[in-house]
Amino acid sequence: MKINDLLNKKSEWLNREGPKSNIAISTRVRLARNLKKHLYFNRADRDQREETLNEVMQGIKKSKFFKNALFLKIKDISELDRAFLIERHLMSKEHAMDIDSKGLVIEEKEILSVMINEEDHIRFQVMQSGFNIMGTWSVIDGIDTEVGQYLPFDYSNIFGYLTSCPTNTGTGLRASVMLHLSALVMTEQIDKVFQAISKLGLTMRGFYGEGTEALGNFFQISNQVALGHSEMDILDNLERIIAKIIAREEETRNNLVAKRKREINDRIHRSFGTLKSARIITSSETIKLLSDIRLGSDLGLLEGIETDLINEILLVTQPAHLQKINSKKIAPFERDIKRADLVRKKLGEE
Amino acid sequence: MKCDMCGNNQASVHLTEVINDKVTKLHLCEECAKIKSEEMQSHFGLTDLLAGLMDLGPAMSEDGVDPSVTVQCPVCLMTYYDFQKNGKLGCGKCYDIFQRNLSELLRKIHGADRHVGKMPFAGKKIVEEQKDMQKIRSELNELIKKEEFEKAAILRDRIKDLEKEMENEAGAE
Ligand SMILES: [Zn+2]
Ligand SMILES: [Zn+2]
Repeated sequence: MKINDLLNKKSEWLNREGPKSNIAISTRVRLARNLKKHLYFNRADRDQREETLNEVMQGIKKSKFFKNALFLKIKDISELDRAFLIERHLMSKEHAMDIDSKGLVIEEKEILSVMINEEDHIRFQVMQSGFNIMGTWSVIDGIDTEVGQYLPFDYSNIFGYLTSCPTNTGTGLRASVMLHLSALVMTEQIDKVFQAISKLGLTMRGFYGEGTEALGNFFQISNQVALGHSEMDILDNLERIIAKIIAREEETRNNLVAKRKREINDRIHRSFGTLKSARIITSSETIKLLSDIRLGSDLGLLEGIETDLINEILLVTQPAHLQKINSKKIAPFERDIKRADLVRKKLGEE
Repeated sequence: MKCDMCGNNQASVHLTEVINDKVTKLHLCEECAKIKSEEMQSHFGLTDLLAGLMDLGPAMSEDGVDPSVTVQCPVCLMTYYDFQKNGKLGCGKCYDIFQRNLSELLRKIHGADRHVGKMPFAGKKIVEEQKDMQKIRSELNELIKKEEFEKAAILRDRIKDLEKEMENEAGAE
């Protein structure tokens, strides 16, 4: 497998088979682990970092979960490829910064990936489509248990799994769900959700462009507490709260259709019209319009547009994806032209 | 390091923000961090902020030396002060050396300072213990057949202990 192979296939977490995929785009769980008797990345010198990288790579190669995986050293890949992998959520922005001695392992279906020598020696990640916290956990739990037989994870009887940053100490667990909360934003309930979330030991992040409105109404909710509660308790808490938010969003969507159907319908079809006919379009405008389409599709106001097509367009219209598709570096303005072309093509327009 | 906002006070809070696809690092003093956190609260979670709100540890001790500057991890050579500056520990040993300060910090972040949950090798260990158990049970049967009851009683206690251990581990899983 090569990086370019990823371009020609859909990430499995983008399909709409996952539960509640009308509102939940994807579920991601990551586990932070470190090797015993190895300095953390920020404190290790070059040789120590290389040693850790090699040991972890060897350990993961033994795993049955990574038989056909792609093993990458970040410094060997181009800047564009790095941006491409970040856009696909296969690695963090931080991982692309200080690139020496950093590694990335990506399993065929792009559900499993491992960052080596990010902030911690090992960051396992599992991503699934829709709202599927327990399913995602069971996959990563299995990987962690198996790889833990090949690699000596640092663990203390008091503090649990030891991590470079104390926010991850204990379980090393962070689970997050990406939600599309159009109706809660439209009805100005989203601030209340933000406030409630922070009181419940969870974190909520929007994706911000220039404005104050979260870009496309996409929000990521994750657990903040990693210590003092078992993995099951942490995940159960997160699952219960997100289920409530999803129910609230659904209820509000139904109310909107009942009370403001003409207005909603107008907005959705205007957005659809723009996407189908624009010749120049920025990334943030694309996200905003796709957000409307996604809502329209769920409410049955737009026929024949499936959620997974919208998810795919969201992914491939990002800057690095556009450049990979066109196999060359493209300046921002020309990108906006290529983006508009690609969107029209995907929506079946000329 | 001076605070990025007021440029005056010592920075003790370290934030990472992602704005317009760029990762920005902010180093703030506690006062400015409070102001910033109120600004950010509706947009960001508190994780990053809490990550920076490090316990300042004991102030000057009697001889005028601040232990957060003098006490060093013997493995990675980090001081608690170094940790406060960049928010990251240097190695696993740091958790022993700075245990007291870290416990307090962990309670602020997580509301707890003791791990509950998964352990490495648990699965493997249980399998091994079950093998041990089978061996001991068959030995026990042999002893009973030979009517060596004193030795059998010792083995029986061993089995009870093992069972308790395994139960605890299963519970922690
Ligand atoms: Zn300041
Ligand atoms: Zn250390």
